[in-house]
Amino acid sequence: MKRDIITSAIGILVLTLFCGILYPLVITGISQVAFPGNADGQLVHVDGKLVGSQEIGQNFGLQVYKNGKPVMQNGVPVTNPDPRYFQTRPSATVPPNNAAATTFSNLGPNSVATEQEISGNIQAYIALNGPYYPGKLRAANVPVDAANTSASGIDPDISVRNADIQAHRVAAVRHLSLAAVMTLVNKYTGGRGLGFSGEPGVNVLELNLALDRMNGVHA
Amino acid sequence: MTFLGWLTIVLFCVVLTLLAMPLGRYMAAVYTGQPTFLDPLFRTPERLFYRVMRVDPERSQDWKQYAKSLIIFSLAGWLLLYFILRTQTLWNWTGLNPEGFHSAPWNVTFNTTSSFLTNTNWQYYGGETTMSYFSQMAGLTVQNFLSAGVGIAVAVALIRGIIGRSGKGIGNFWQDLIRTVLWVLTPISIVVALILVFQGSIQNFSHYVNFNGPTGLANSIAMGPVASQEAIKELGTNGGGFFNTNSAHPFENPTGFTNFVEMLTVLVIPAGLVFMYGRMAGNRRQGYAIFATMLVMFFGACCVAYVAEAHGTPAQHAAGLHTQVVAGSTGGNMEGKEQRFGIAGSALFDVVTTVTSCGAVNSAIESYTGIGGAVPMANLSASEVIFGGVGTGLYSILLYVLLAVFIGGLMVGRTPEYLGKKIEAREIKLVAIGLLITPLAALFSTALATASSAGRQSISAAAAGGPQGFSETFYAYLSQANNNGSAFAGYGGFVQPNAGSLGSHGITFADLLGGFTMLFARYAPILFALAVAGTLAGKRVSPAGLGTMRTDNPTFVVLLIGVIVLVGALTFFPALLLGPIVQGLTGHLYQ
Repeated sequence: MKRDIITSAIGILVLTLFCGILYPLVITGISQVAFPGNADGQLVHVDGKLVGSQEIGQNFGLQVYKNGKPVMQNGVPVTNPDPRYFQTRPSATVPPNNAAATTFSNLGPNSVATEQEISGNIQAYIALNGPYYPGKLRAANVPVDAANTSASGIDPDISVRNADIQAHRVAAVRHLSLAAVMTLVNKYTGGRGLGFSGEPGVNVLELNLALDRMNGVHA
Repeated sequence: MTFLGWLTIVLFCVVLTLLAMPLGRYMAAVYTGQPTFLDPLFRTPERLFYRVMRVDPERSQDWKQYAKSLIIFSLAGWLLLYFILRTQTLWNWTGLNPEGFHSAPWNVTFNTTSSFLTNTNWQYYGGETTMSYFSQMAGLTVQNFLSAGVGIAVAVALIRGIIGRSGKGIGNFWQDLIRTVLWVLTPISIVVALILVFQGSIQNFSHYVNFNGPTGLANSIAMGPVASQEAIKELGTNGGGFFNTNSAHPFENPTGFTNFVEMLTVLVIPAGLVFMYGRMAGNRRQGYAIFATMLVMFFGACCVAYVAEAHGTPAQHAAGLHTQVVAGSTGGNMEGKEQRFGIAGSALFDVVTTVTSCGAVNSAIESYTGIGGAVPMANLSASEVIFGGVGTGLYSILLYVLLAVFIGGLMVGRTPEYLGKKIEAREIKLVAIGLLITPLAALFSTALATASSAGRQSISAAAAGGPQGFSETFYAYLSQANNNGSAFAGYGGFVQPNAGSLGSHGITFADLLGGFTMLFARYAPILFALAVAGTLAGKRVSPAGLGTMRTDNPTFVVLLIGVIVLVGALTFFPALLLGPIVQGLTGHLYQ
């Protein structure tokens, strides 16, 4: 008994040093030398200013002002989507796309709250993109990823179909040809892992920054 | 559903088998003292550990001594982890608490400590708003290694009992633990962690990053030593996310490729242990039979989950969405799923994580379709023997094997025997009680939490009406009793208005009931498994005769699947009916 207690007490301490200090430090050391950009989160700078991480989805919205003051709701700034930019997927974090407090929506499959959430997302999507879409944009045409909340709340990607629909609006608002915008969409579409694992996605931040460069806009 | 989706599932099964077979051979060498190619690297540290810990690794323990060492070591681990988590600000001098987070309250910490000790990694807290880097590393990561090591040690001890031909010894706990950490967990973790960073996981000690995006909105990104913890979290089937959204977070699981790698990492040891068992038992076909049993049930669960999620939910259809696959869109139920994983990559991960005791998630299980949510619950109801947790899966299915041998023996009217050892009343009593502890803990806690108002306050507001609230509760205790850790994550035990835990409080009922459920359902079955090992170790081996029921052929695989399904179904079917199956059968939307 006494022997077990001594061995346990010493054991947990030395194993903490080994597994909890040494192991993470070794991984950090190797990572920082071999893959420094990745280890720090693939941060993106424009004109020397940090604007985000390639891997993290953001809210491309504009702050709403009333009488010169930012409008707040429950302590969170109210925003409208900026029509010049491709928009990321709906997010359950507060504020949307908050990468310091990620959360699931946890909305169930048979819940009225879920149906209302999805309907709201569909309406917002149609209101934003419908006017520029050739033909009539209906709920049935809205891709699921544009209507359903992502898991992480900071999904960096949107589906190719979602990007195709938004491209009409972005091209019109930016006075670019649809072909030019679609070229960029294709350029920033990632493939599947090993050719089969997962789904292709369009990286929204990279795409939006490329559009800004094309327009000569500096953030 | 798509061709590539089905291909992913099939390829996964193939690659898993190809990786698990050599790993099984390697682990058999590790636990029987044969030379391995990593010996030159680890012999010296191994001897150093024994010397510092004052262990004589040559001394074989009987099952009671083995159990005593294991329990006392676990207790020491519990105390140190609770201390580290409750004194989070005390460690600010290390520079590993850049956000200055305070400790979570005592009740949440009790739950978290019990959770990581028992390989559950149930999380009532959100990682990036609660834990300092120091707590994540020196606290949680350590138990990711050690709880996995303890699980494997028990499995190895039970195998030694089954195959043992001399005396009462079932090995040395300390040797099994240290060798597991050094020879198995550490090298694979290092490889996986580096693959993750190569693909985009982060590994740093920086402050959280604040910036204004292209449209001028303020934003913040959580940082940390993620990859090192992510690797062992999957490998040890622990599952506790560095971030709140676990393996859905792009820093934990950046690409479709890492998703595939992480799923393999979860299953490779549980599957490898089965092959190891065949080798140690001196008859590889014994291992193949158990592997076949697991793979059949696993593949079935994948198919059901994939079909269900590709179909979409009543809420989507009521809102007017079309959920078929169209060019450039995944279709299906994308609520709570990431674009880069899609439907197949999410459904497969969901099955991988719930057949094992992992519980990491790359999508929100609460948002799955009714049937898609019933699949993980059914997996948990099978008491995690479809591969199962590292070690726990093997020792649990070996108990089922003994039960199946016993039932088979009754059917043919002969004394049941397994690998030449007679299975008698004492063993069957221990096996039966050992197998019933987890269901008992799950159902008892669920009943208590459903029937009391203190329990119902954990149900999320959106799920308060209809079967979803029951599903949340049932899932919570089913998951904690099986030491899984995945969740219908709306179920809460921690109210945290601000990052860093200032002004937060725990929901004592949920925290304590969950904590005790995890501890009881972890250590009681371990004791019964070790007791079985102890009684079997002393038994004489009689040669197989004409009437001996074979345990390495397809007939036995069918019998074993039958026993597992029967026990699980009889125990849990009523509860499954009340929750997810109702949801799967109805198109009705609940307030």
